Amino acid sequence: MEAIEQFAMPDASRRMPASRVIGAYWAEMRSECIRYLRAPGFMLPVMLFPTMFYLLFGIVMNHANGPDALRYLLASYGVFGVMSPGLFGFGVSLAAERDNGLLTLKRALPMPPGAYLLGKMLMAMLAAAVVIMLLLAMAVGLGHVPVSGGQALLLLVTGMLGVLPFCALGMFVGTLVKGQGAPGVLNLVYLPMSFLSGLWVPLPMLPSALQKLAPIWPSSHLHAIALRALGLSQDPISTHLLVLAGIGVLFGMLAARRLRRVG
Amino acid sequence: MEQPVATIASLAGAVKRYGALTALDGLDLMLHRGELLALLGPNGAGKSTAINLLLGLVRADAGRVSLFGKDPQDINARRRIGVMLQSAVLPGTLSVAELLRLTMSYYPAPRTLAETAEMAGIGDLLARRYAALSGGQQRRVQFAMALCGRPELLFLDEPTVGMDIDARRRLWAAIRRLVAEGCAVVLTTHYLEEAEALAQRVVVLAKGRVLSDGSVHALRSRVAQSRIRCVSDLDAAAIAAWPRVTSAIREDGRLEVCTEAAEAVVRRLLDADPALGELEVLRAGLAEAFTEITREESTEQEAA
Repeated sequence: MEAIEQFAMPDASRRMPASRVIGAYWAEMRSECIRYLRAPGFMLPVMLFPTMFYLLFGIVMNHANGPDALRYLLASYGVFGVMSPGLFGFGVSLAAERDNGLLTLKRALPMPPGAYLLGKMLMAMLAAAVVIMLLLAMAVGLGHVPVSGGQALLLLVTGMLGVLPFCALGMFVGTLVKGQGAPGVLNLVYLPMSFLSGLWVPLPMLPSALQKLAPIWPSSHLHAIALRALGLSQDPISTHLLVLAGIGVLFGMLAARRLRRVG
Repeated sequence: MEQPVATIASLAGAVKRYGALTALDGLDLMLHRGELLALLGPNGAGKSTAINLLLGLVRADAGRVSLFGKDPQDINARRRIGVMLQSAVLPGTLSVAELLRLTMSYYPAPRTLAETAEMAGIGDLLARRYAALSGGQQRRVQFAMALCGRPELLFLDEPTVGMDIDARRRLWAAIRRLVAEGCAVVLTTHYLEEAEALAQRVVVLAKGRVLSDGSVHALRSRVAQSRIRCVSDLDAAAIAAWPRVTSAIREDGRLEVCTEAAEAVVRRLLDADPALGELEVLRAGLAEAFTEITREESTEQEAA
């Protein structure tokens, strides 16, 4: 009889109500956002690099070329700025937390499945939104680029969803590298990829071999979508969307598999 | 229901290999409701691996692992445990209260923040950022996170490392209080006096197997030796030849005699030297017993 008390009774009384499970997801996301918003070491580089580049290479040096050049660079540096919270927010923190025991503790605790990754995703989306809004404010306020409300909104959505495939890529790198090595490896992905997909120098100005290679890089697809969002191209974007979604799913699955196996 | 009544977690014939290294070699271990079990063993004995299996962090290569009658990777089983790991770096930019609220959110019926803070003795730290705390304070916060979910089984891996004596004693008091409330505790520790102060049952592991399993008292009685210390001019070499004396040495001007018959030897010492002073008789503690057991094991291994 006591055996029933041991196993059956506590199960019934200890069932986690759905509202508390949702609450746990919410608490995890909230903590993840707060902890990074309070960490200047993470937020400052993410905010400063794209805005500084846009100010220097866009607004200051390209002012003579008129608002269309600034509009083009808004898309380019927008994509450049969105990639970093995805790659670094996921990759660096995952690599560090695999190393320092936090991930192990979270796996031992009854944290609902996926809450940890969901929290980091939301944090990356928020950081991406902030970067896009800063760039928009600079483009409109300092560069006098005419951007309609619709275009601004589209660019914001592009940035917030566009960060996700880079989250997956960062997560994958984070599962391969442990601890301090991650920032270096991620920079080796981030910087060349930005250059090769025409975020710093427009693609048509790159050697034709590099132009042909550009579709390999996910950032070039996000760039195409960002250009369309700002009305700089009328090309269809469905292929670009599919490629980005595919990259997100592929690397997300690879990373999840490694996390389950290796931890 | 086929499980014995009071068993809440168990390893049965658990084998875990890491490459060529066998961390657990068919380990059997039962954890009982409301019991404080200390898991001891030299480094590499398999303590951490055993805990990691019970927490569902690693999978056994062979054997069965059960937590509240379920697979430890089942979140419903883990909702009934609390965990304090040996090393975990928590997010330093979060406050202690935020960390606790987050951990509490994982559990169906957690304690209140005030109750948790009171039990772990961190009421004055709640508003502080985790990174600003001292090492000992951080350990107390980790302990608070372990108990906040009102667990039925608490895993404490080296909980008092980095704590001063005062903090250690307060943590012991908190652990005793949890056990009194019916919470079972699995404790791994390098401090034998900690196991001695807290544990009802001590399991000694070596090379991935159980060497000894029993009460602190039973473990101590495996080593019948006592140590007699006194100030005396008697010749140590002569005493060493007395019957039932294991060894006698002179150290720092004091005579130190090891024997299994303390009463008889003390009587003879007092008779032999009326001027004998500062007499002390020490029973073998857990430390001696532990050394003895692990030494027996290694000599057996060499003989084999």
